[in-house]
Amino acid sequence: MTVDLPPAGAAQPALVVDSDDASRGGLWREAWRRLIRNPTAILGALIILVFVLVAVFAPLLAPYEPGSTQWSGDVTPTSVPGPSPGHLLGLDRFGSDLYTQLVYGARKSLVYGVVSTAIGLTFGALLGILAGGIGGWVDTVVMRVVDIMLSIPSLLLAVSVAAVLGQNAYSIMIAIGVAQVPIFARLLRGSMLSQGRSDYVLAASALGIRRRRIVMGHMLPNAAGPTIVQATLNLATAIIEVAALSFLGLGESDPAIAEWGRMLVAAQDRFQAAPRLALLPGICIAVTALGFTLFGEALREALDPRTRR
Amino acid sequence: MPGPDVGTDEPLLSVRNLRVTFQTRGSRAVHAVDDVSFDIHPGQHVGLVGESGSGKSVTSLAIMGLLPRRGATVEGEVSFAGRNLLDLSLRELRAVRGREISMVFQDPMTSLNPVVTVGVQVGEIMQQHYGSTKGEARARAVDLLDKVGIPDPERRVGEYPHQLSGGMRQRVLIAMALACEPRLLIADEPTTALDVTIQAQVLEVLKKLVADTGAALLMITHDLGVVAGLCDNVNVMYSGRIVESANRRALFAEPRHPYTGGLLASIPKLDSPRGSPLTPIPGSPTQVLPWSEGCAFAPRCGNQTEECVSRTPELEPDRGRDLRCFNPLATVDAGAVR
Repeated sequence: MTVDLPPAGAAQPALVVDSDDASRGGLWREAWRRLIRNPTAILGALIILVFVLVAVFAPLLAPYEPGSTQWSGDVTPTSVPGPSPGHLLGLDRFGSDLYTQLVYGARKSLVYGVVSTAIGLTFGALLGILAGGIGGWVDTVVMRVVDIMLSIPSLLLAVSVAAVLGQNAYSIMIAIGVAQVPIFARLLRGSMLSQGRSDYVLAASALGIRRRRIVMGHMLPNAAGPTIVQATLNLATAIIEVAALSFLGLGESDPAIAEWGRMLVAAQDRFQAAPRLALLPGICIAVTALGFTLFGEALREALDPRTRR
Repeated sequence: MPGPDVGTDEPLLSVRNLRVTFQTRGSRAVHAVDDVSFDIHPGQHVGLVGESGSGKSVTSLAIMGLLPRRGATVEGEVSFAGRNLLDLSLRELRAVRGREISMVFQDPMTSLNPVVTVGVQVGEIMQQHYGSTKGEARARAVDLLDKVGIPDPERRVGEYPHQLSGGMRQRVLIAMALACEPRLLIADEPTTALDVTIQAQVLEVLKKLVADTGAALLMITHDLGVVAGLCDNVNVMYSGRIVESANRRALFAEPRHPYTGGLLASIPKLDSPRGSPLTPIPGSPTQVLPWSEGCAFAPRCGNQTEECVSRTPELEPDRGRDLRCFNPLATVDAGAVR
């Protein structure tokens, strides 16, 4: 029995054209293409880029050393010197240059936010893959652990971690990271479970593909989208939480080392006399968080299958 | 298309009294597959025909051990080359799946992973079963895509499923299933999701490759037209049981079960006058009598008698076939059902 195979392309000319246009590339590349056409994403990315550049090139941008209090003599209990030719934004209450402190603050705030989110993402994803990929009793155990973590208020957790590890930057990052673990774990587990019921997973197991390969090579790339979006959104909240914890005095104990949340604390008792001491770091926190939120939302839109095409 | 010599050698796959029960808490147990037995000999093409819900897909999933362990109970025996597949561990099953028994699924749109290139998806089967390197697997994937009639396979291996048409994707699925030259291929409605013209092409590809590799084929379909061109033996299922089992020639020449007759009569014919209505089987597959009370097809059957609703018919030999009916169609003219 010999049969001349009809060439598939002959009957389907449309698809040959199709493969050369914008649909070329995978799900991720397609999402990227939608992302760079979205003005919200561009705005968010620009904001993030500006702050990242400021953080990276802080020594070039700042006119003075961070934390140098050489002008402390100019600060009196009732007044803090405002903007002057030598000090673009004036001094802070310790007699440091406010502009310098803000520039170096970008460094700290971004690093704290990124590191704590990375901690949360890593451990959350690990738990989510375990729970959603293996299922059964592993799923039950992991999710009960996550439930327990959720029941502890993140502030209380942060205080406890700080109590154990001492009052420093690491305990803040760990505390905020740990508080994020349940968010990522639940999200990834949910999307892994729904991928696990899909036809291509059944097809792959019908062809004898190893379970580990199915989970890591097939289910995870399909399930990762919402989690990555959540990570960008969490960066914004992490930066705010870092500020909040520093504000409560759980951060670095040395007030001279600039961090926006810490600067807000310092501004408290001079708020009447010099509102800019609180406003400027506050605006920095808000704008950075906004940048990450805008970008995260745009990313979510780009990856959402309902908004495709 | 003469079928290979059948019946002398040992069957490759022997399904005996297969029964699949779905039981969810608080609801009645459902026998999706009930006491199904059939054989497939090496190189033989066997059809499993029935309407939606007749249990044909569940039969195939049970053979492959792919039914969820929770909620589904599988009883009976599925022996493949002397081993009962139902007794194998997951690890042993994995070595059988894809390498000795393979499967082509119904929906090419959802059966391929959207974020993995087709080359990787075809290649990983060789990596799994033969321990091939990535490079070898890719080269073989190009080869396979070429075999299933995909033009420019060198370029296509790097593409994603959404860049391929439905027909192409189904060809990819066929390439995946035949990658390790399995001894048995189960095709679960492989052409249902495709346009009619593409259906014919894909069937030709499937037919040719199955013939080339010498694989046996279990064709699961609701389309007797597909069976007519492809299968040596045909099992007709209704409501979880086989109601008629015969070789193709006998089945098409003289359907004996009224359900088989109804399926044949419902195929539109070229020589019937234009505008003449189609001949459907009356009722719907939801109108069934439990097999324990009588014949499940009785509520829709034109030949129904008192016996049909009071006693359960058994599958019994009847004129060179197996038949589950008290009151079969007249033997001489199949036209009686028109």
